[in-house]
This record gives sequence, C-alpha cells and structure tokens, in this order.
Amino acid sequence: MKLGSNNYYIYIIMKMKQKPETSTLIVTVQNRQGVLFKISGLIRKRQFNIASMTVSKTENPEISQFTIVVEGDRSIVEKMSKQLYRIVEVLKVSDPNEDEIVARELAMVKVSTIKVGSKMEISMIADNFRAKVINIQPNSMMLELTGDEEKIDAFYENMKKYGIREFVRTGRTVLYK
Amino acid sequence: MKLTGSEILCESLLREGVEVIFGYPGGAIMPVYDALTKYPKLRHILVRHEQGAAHAAEGYARATGKPGVCLVTSGPGATNLVTGIADAMMDSVPIVCVSGQVTSNLIGGDAFQETDVVGITTMISKHNYLVMKADEIAYTVKEAFFLSNTGRPGPIVIDITKDAQFGITEYQYPKKIYLPGYQPTLRGNDKQIKKAAGVINSSKRPFILAGHGVLISHAEKELAKLAEKAHIPVGVTLLGMSAVTKSHPCYVGFLGMHGNVSPNRCTNEADVIIALGMRFDDRVTGRLSDYASRATIIHVDIDPAELGKNIHAHIPIVGDIKEVLRELIPSVNETRHSTWFSSFKKYDVLEKEKVIEPEIHPRDGKLKMGEVIRTVSEVTNGKALVISDVGQNQMMTARYYNFETTDSYITSGGLGTMGFGVPAGLGAKVGRSEKEVWVFVGDGGFQMTIQEMTTIVQEKINIKIAILNNGFLGMVRQWQQLFFDKNYSQTQMFNPDFIKLSEAFGIPAVKIEKREDLVRGIEKARKTNGPFLIEFVVENEANVFPMIPTGASVDEIRVE
Repeated sequence: MKLGSNNYYIYIIMKMKQKPETSTLIVTVQNRQGVLFKISGLIRKRQFNIASMTVSKTENPEISQFTIVVEGDRSIVEKMSKQLYRIVEVLKVSDPNEDEIVARELAMVKVSTIKVGSKMEISMIADNFRAKVINIQPNSMMLELTGDEEKIDAFYENMKKYGIREFVRTGRTVLYK
Repeated sequence: MKLTGSEILCESLLREGVEVIFGYPGGAIMPVYDALTKYPKLRHILVRHEQGAAHAAEGYARATGKPGVCLVTSGPGATNLVTGIADAMMDSVPIVCVSGQVTSNLIGGDAFQETDVVGITTMISKHNYLVMKADEIAYTVKEAFFLSNTGRPGPIVIDITKDAQFGITEYQYPKKIYLPGYQPTLRGNDKQIKKAAGVINSSKRPFILAGHGVLISHAEKELAKLAEKAHIPVGVTLLGMSAVTKSHPCYVGFLGMHGNVSPNRCTNEADVIIALGMRFDDRVTGRLSDYASRATIIHVDIDPAELGKNIHAHIPIVGDIKEVLRELIPSVNETRHSTWFSSFKKYDVLEKEKVIEPEIHPRDGKLKMGEVIRTVSEVTNGKALVISDVGQNQMMTARYYNFETTDSYITSGGLGTMGFGVPAGLGAKVGRSEKEVWVFVGDGGFQMTIQEMTTIVQEKINIKIAILNNGFLGMVRQWQQLFFDKNYSQTQMFNPDFIKLSEAFGIPAVKIEKREDLVRGIEKARKTNGPFLIEFVVENEANVFPMIPTGASVDEIRVE
C-alpha cells in the first residue's frame, strides 16, 4: 500500500463513519457578557452531549456565532434549540443540512521526525493533504491542516506511525453557502 | 438631571410602578438604602432574612400579577435569595432582585462579602445582569421589568456594584429597549388553532388540563367559556388550582400524585387532551410511557421549550393562553358530553366514600387536616386568598379548600420550598390588602421562616396563619411509612410552644385540639383585626390519599 493513496484515505473515512450521529447547530447571539457561560451552562444542565463548540465574533462586532456539534438525533437537536431560544441573547438557532453549508476545522499536529527518512515521507503526505509545515525542530515538525472532519481524521491516522507528540483541533465552524 | 446611581435605581423603580420593596440592608447596598429615604413612595418592608424577601416578593407578584421586588446586599444577602429565585424560576413568577455588589475594582479578588451573583444565579434565573456603571442602571431596570413579566415570567437578577450606586450621571429614563433575541409569541398559529378546533369538535371524550399559565395570562373567563361551550371537563394542576372555581359545573378535580381519582384515571380514557399552560410535570403524569396514551394532545404554552419536552404534542400551539383561547372558542362547536362527564362521577363516588368523607367528617379521634381546611373553607365561604406551604398541608389545602374565587391559591409547586408559606402570605396580603388571607403551614415549614412573624407585626399585616401541627414532617413520614418500612428517620419533630412563641412575636394565638372548638377558633381569628395564629393539633400519622406511587401510571391511583 502506497502512503497517502486514495484507497487508504477512503478506508479511513469508512472507519470514521461509525461515529455517533451528530448535528450542527449554528447559533447567533447578541455579543453581551456571560453568553458563553449561559450556553455552556445550559448544555450541562440539560445534559446535552457536545462533540465540539466554536465561537467568534462575526462581520458585525455586536453579534457572535457559535457552531455547536451535538451528539444525538433530531429530537435532541430540536429540544436543544428550543432551550437555547430561552436565553435572551440568542438571536437565531438553525440546524442546517450538510449540503447547505461549508464546514471547516483547523488542526495542528506535532510529529516526531526521529525515524530516518521520516521528514521526507511526512512532507509528501502533507502535500497530499495540502497541509503546511509551520515549524521544524531537530526531532519534530509541526503541521497545520484545514478541512472537514474526515480529512483531519485521515491525516491524523496517517501521522500516527511516525509518533504524534501533540495534536489539537478547533472543532468545526461553518458558513451557509 | 444629574443623579447618583442609587437615586436612578429608585427613580427607575417608580417609573416601573413599584410600590413595595422587600429587602434587607448591608454593606454593599448602603448607598441605595441611603437614597431610599428620599423616596417615601417606595414602601420598604424589612424582612428578617433575605429568603423571606424573595418569597414575599413571589407572594406579592402572584397576588397582583405585577413583578415583586427584592433588595439585598452582596455575598450572603444575595446567596440567601437563591432558594427564592429558584422557586420563582420553577413556578414562572416575575420577581426582580436587586443585589449590591462590591466595588468594581475589587471584583474577582475575593473581597469581603463578594460572591459571583451572576454566576450563581444564571441557571436559576430568567436573566441576570452585573451593572458596573451608574449610567447603565436605568436601562437595565427597564429591561429587567420587561423581561420578568412578559412571555413566560421569571426572576431577574440585577447585581449593582457599590461604585455604580455612588456614581453620578445624567438621568433619563429610556423610552425603548432593544432585545432582538427576545420576542415572545403571543398569538397562536391560525392553522394550528383551526386544527385543534377540528380535533375538539370531533372528539367524544375531550379533557382540559389547566395549569399556571391560565392564571398568569388571566384567562380564567376564557377557560370557563371554552369548557362551557364545548362541555369539556376541566382538571387543574397544583398551580392551576383556582383557574376555575371548584363549584363550576365543568370542574372535575385536581390532577397528579395526590389529586382526585377521576381526573387522573380519566386522563387515560380521554381521546383529546387540551393542555393549557401546564408542563406535564412528573407529579402530574406519573409513568410517562402509558400517560394519556389514547389521546390526541393539544398543548398550548407561551414557552416553546415546554412543547414536546416531556410529552409529545400532536398539535403544539405557542402563544398566550388568553389570546389562543379567544381565537379557539368561536371555532369550537356547542355540544354536550354528558356520558363522558358521568364517567368521572363514578370515580368521584368511590373517592368520596373512601377518602373524602372520613377526612372531612371524622367521627372520633384527633382533628384531621382535611377537616380543618374544609372548615376554614366553609367559614370563609371559599373566598379567601389561600397560601400553603409544602407537604401534606399543601396537598390537603389544594384538595379541601373550596376555591370559590378564581386566582386565589398560591403555593410553591415546582421547587416545593418548605418555608414558603409565611413570607409568601405576607407578600400576598401586601399586594391584595382587600382580600382575607389564610396561610396553611405545617409545624416543620413554619419553623423554617418563622422570623418573618416579626415582619408581619412590624408592618401590621393582617394575615391568618394556620399551623397544622402533626408533630412530624408529614409527607416524608408518609413516604417512610409506605416505602421505607416505617423507618421514621429524623421526621418526628421536637416543637416549641407555638402559642407562647406567637405571643412573644406579638401575634395573638389560640391552640385548637377539639372538634367542637374548630369554628369558634376560626371565627376568632377572623374577628381579630390584625394577624392571628391558630395552631391546630392534628392526627400525627395521617396520610394524604389518594396517591399515585412514583413510577406508577395515573390510572393506578390508590385510595388507601
């Protein structure tokens, strides 16, 4: 099997599909103090399971957008969005279909380069994934990668054999098409 | 006009129509207390513990429909409010709690009497604020009052730093507020209402479940009209009690764990359920899996989050009960459901014989709670404003007081807060001074907020307190008897002499132990111009029946 080949990529995707059902909620809020606390408190109080949550200001500095990935079926998403609307600052909650949005996340990975020749191989894989090398140390290199969850999962799997020193990812953030 | 933050707070409260504040001073709220003396129109009632302030504000709000206001200091002042805030949240009661906070530059540094009030109250309030500048006070107060009493009402907390109270700024009361994320739906969706009318018109066994929402939206007349026109039986939840009078021909009883037999059993026989401003609490539904399984459920509530939360609603309608009913009534057909009504009757006969008669007309033995409450009900013609505490006294009040005026019962339902009765009663009387007010409280709950007796005396609040003394934490003892092999762990009460205690507070009191003294005692209380306390010594180990054991279905309700 060639490294970074398409077959391997597909295999990884198949494996990843077995994850629990998730939905994405886009929540726009009035940018007032304490909103993050209220939303996270609500998630805890009502026992919703969250895969990831990102938040940032939008083009309008008075409005922030949360992207929340929820584990659970439609009924959970519906309950959660109704509860979110009870928060006074929440302006809009929507749960888009996957084909209505573009979703991305950012990952950073620090990979060991102790193995002879690994630098070369890692760079090749990184090229295939359009990952960028952002820092090089004598024994490791750091790469950044943006993409959808599957792509990042696949990249992670490919890096494993070199020894992952550290790995972080942001969780998904989305925009309507 | 330049004013201090404290003066702006007082001005703003006046602008919102506030007449009474229940409060307790302390270090971080002193500037406001200083300013208060310049505003004699704001009557301040000094409670003896901040929890009392919160419950009194709740009692006031529920009696008047206007937000109740509390004023407390930082730290312990604010944390003592927490139970009352949580109570108001669960029961959708509009209260506005103003707490002092340490000076803004000390926040986060564990200063003396500093607590993170916003952090503590976020999960138990409808909304809250930390105000650190004098010029934010007026706007915040306007927003807080708007939020507290619109949509689904609830408690609002305003935490104001001491420097904001001192700060001097230009005062102008805002004309508008900007809350783009808060737009409660009042009008129901026309199509859904048409659909609901269709379902009601084709039903054989429709059943209305009336909750607190009916009272909050003042839809008692509309409810009675719908029930009369389409001849639909009405069951009420604990907080929906007195949404229709008990003598109304369509009233069939009290729903839930200790409610009446017929409305509980008939829930599972109904083909259409019209749930109005109620939230299918577990104390009402019993086991969910077979609850109302034959019924098409029409659920009307102003809070969309309640629709489908516990029970799937076939026809959910978001809106204010009054507005929705006004639209619904013209589309329902005038009809009779006499056969359906008679199926309630057969259970009523059973309950009357097995439970009600022995409770209200016992031949011998000690007084019974039901007997006491029914006698008060008869003497007052069912027209008092009644407040109960929590536990057996509460269930008995709901069961045996014959509410002959609508919107006349106040109790802590969702949170079930013992100690609610006395302070809520005093707040209710302050709000509706023309009403005769009776508080029913157990010997346990009475001792939880007993210090408010002083407040009652100081403010000359004419309420009648009926202690139903069974020497036990009765409801817990009942459960211990039924489900814990009579292991009465910590439920037998060692009580003080309530009569001497009451007299020490300055409230005249009598102790009633005998059946023949009942009416005389109640009359004496009524004739006394001012507060009065009666201690009724009732049977020690009596149980509240009927009962739906936890985990059982509503049709498994037991009468013994």
